Amino acid sequence: MTQAYLELTKVSIEFPTPTGPFKALDQIDLKIKEGEFVSLIGHSGCGKSTVLNIVAGLYQATEGGVLLKGREVNAPGAERAVVFQNHSLLPWLTAYQNVELAVKQVFKGKKNKKEMKEWIEHNMNLVHMSHAMHKRPDEISGGMKQRVGIARALAMEPEVLLMDEPFGALDALTRAHLQDSLMEIQNDLNNTVIMITHDVDEAVLLSDRIVMMTNGPAATIGEILDIELKRPRNRLELADDPKYNHYRADVLRFLYEKQRKPEEKAA
Amino acid sequence: MNDAVLEMKKIVPEKTIPEKIIPESQMSYADKIKNNKSSINFGIYFKNIGIPFIGILVFLMFWSALAPKVNTSLGAIPGPSGVYQQFQTLVDEHVEEREKEEKFYQRQEERNAKKLEKNPDAEIKVRAYTGKATFFDQIWTSLYTVLTGFILASLIAIPVGIISGLNKTIYAAINPIIQIFKPVSPLAWLPIVTMVVSAVYVSDDPMFQKSFINSMITVMLCCLWPTLINTAVGVASISQDLKNVSKVLQLSVITHVVKIVLPASIPMMFTGLRLSLGIAWMVLIAAEMLAQNPGLGKFVWDEFQNGSSNSLGRIMVAVVVIGLIGFMLDRMMLALQKYASWDKTADIR
Repeated sequence: MTQAYLELTKVSIEFPTPTGPFKALDQIDLKIKEGEFVSLIGHSGCGKSTVLNIVAGLYQATEGGVLLKGREVNAPGAERAVVFQNHSLLPWLTAYQNVELAVKQVFKGKKNKKEMKEWIEHNMNLVHMSHAMHKRPDEISGGMKQRVGIARALAMEPEVLLMDEPFGALDALTRAHLQDSLMEIQNDLNNTVIMITHDVDEAVLLSDRIVMMTNGPAATIGEILDIELKRPRNRLELADDPKYNHYRADVLRFLYEKQRKPEEKAA
Repeated sequence: MNDAVLEMKKIVPEKTIPEKIIPESQMSYADKIKNNKSSINFGIYFKNIGIPFIGILVFLMFWSALAPKVNTSLGAIPGPSGVYQQFQTLVDEHVEEREKEEKFYQRQEERNAKKLEKNPDAEIKVRAYTGKATFFDQIWTSLYTVLTGFILASLIAIPVGIISGLNKTIYAAINPIIQIFKPVSPLAWLPIVTMVVSAVYVSDDPMFQKSFINSMITVMLCCLWPTLINTAVGVASISQDLKNVSKVLQLSVITHVVKIVLPASIPMMFTGLRLSLGIAWMVLIAAEMLAQNPGLGKFVWDEFQNGSSNSLGRIMVAVVVIGLIGFMLDRMMLALQKYASWDKTADIR
């Protein structure tokens, strides 16, 4: 059997609470190929972010483990860059300095000053932020901050790019813009990506595979849907595409029929 | 606009119409806004300068009205004008003392020159002037004592605060000590400090006076705590998101502290520093009074013991000056905070 690029094996996690351990995730098995774009979708509170944090190394799985290129993941590292939901830029640094902090950390001794500067500017260009790269986060819009967050992650040349609801806090139009930018970048770089989302359209549009999670506690993988739409994808063309709508319906059915939120069932 | 106004505009060029006589109903919209704006401006000035000024005026009125009614063994309490007179006397005394000092050194120089003339190998003694310290000398002594104590305390409190903010175990270990020593009065520290300093700091040619060391260490011991606690809380409350960024980037401890911890905790740190400096200043005056160490506290105590008819006035000058210096020190820290803070738009008060 060929080894997967990124492999989650029987990952379970328990959090201690005053009323005893709370099992958030139960037996997650997932294999991801190099260059694959995988979305995790599920209702809020189902543990999507926990999965991502385990891959990032910010949480430790209670059972099972994660292998990246055959190496065990047990601590955070720059080869698994994270794009955080609320951008998490350092507010006292400019956009450029925020990316620079990451670049200096990753390419210390590998790139000289000039090369670093070019590399930062190159990544700013990728996310269309060259015009405002010397502004501080409080001087730019939410969408621009998230662009910088993505530039910071990309600039680290990660083996896996982890995105935690990267567009969740943005308005619909800005979100669409950023999704297009992300697809464009993905066409060039072909990164391995795990993205968490609760937006069905976003998942179908961007992913190669959609991993649908059951509700917690003890959440696990419910279904996996392969999205076989050819790239580059265009949101307008896809809107009338029967295949696209079929995928979309599949995800919706999973979320709203099979995995209705418990409180909705009760109501 | 009605026709009459248009007519008027045609006949008289606009600028020759004196502004005041345009009735409001005939004012153009832009003028109204301008007018409104200037009244807002005036409002702001009045609020920022006028009202505090009135407050002080009312206070002075009460003071001068009520003070003569309080009779003490040293006479009635002086009003504002009496206190101001004493201030002038203190200035005069200072000037006089400086002149004396100058003359003393002049005489000494002349004497030595004569001696050398008679005998080039003569041993020359240069003595320092030992006149009595004036009010302004005492201010200076107090100021550098408080600043030395405060800076020394900050140099200890900030690093310890950062470390205990970063590490819960260390915080748990240090916390009880902080909580117990924090409420201790400077007057309780003073005897211990005095004994320890006179036992430990033994030197034939001391670089600092013992009284200075005593006051300074007492100040330091009392103003460590607010900075330490606030820095620790500031560091501990850095958002998890920023800590995660640091973890993902695998920042070294030093980079983490410099790039993330320090900028994030500057507001809390300065809150602590300002509290500390305020405490330092109060503690110093008390310590100087109790220990008879040179400084403003000693000045107040000496005047109290002196018991002349001017004493109350001179003490009140000292009270006002102590207050003004405390205020000035706080403004200084505020300016420093504004300089150090990354967020220049933040409302710092």
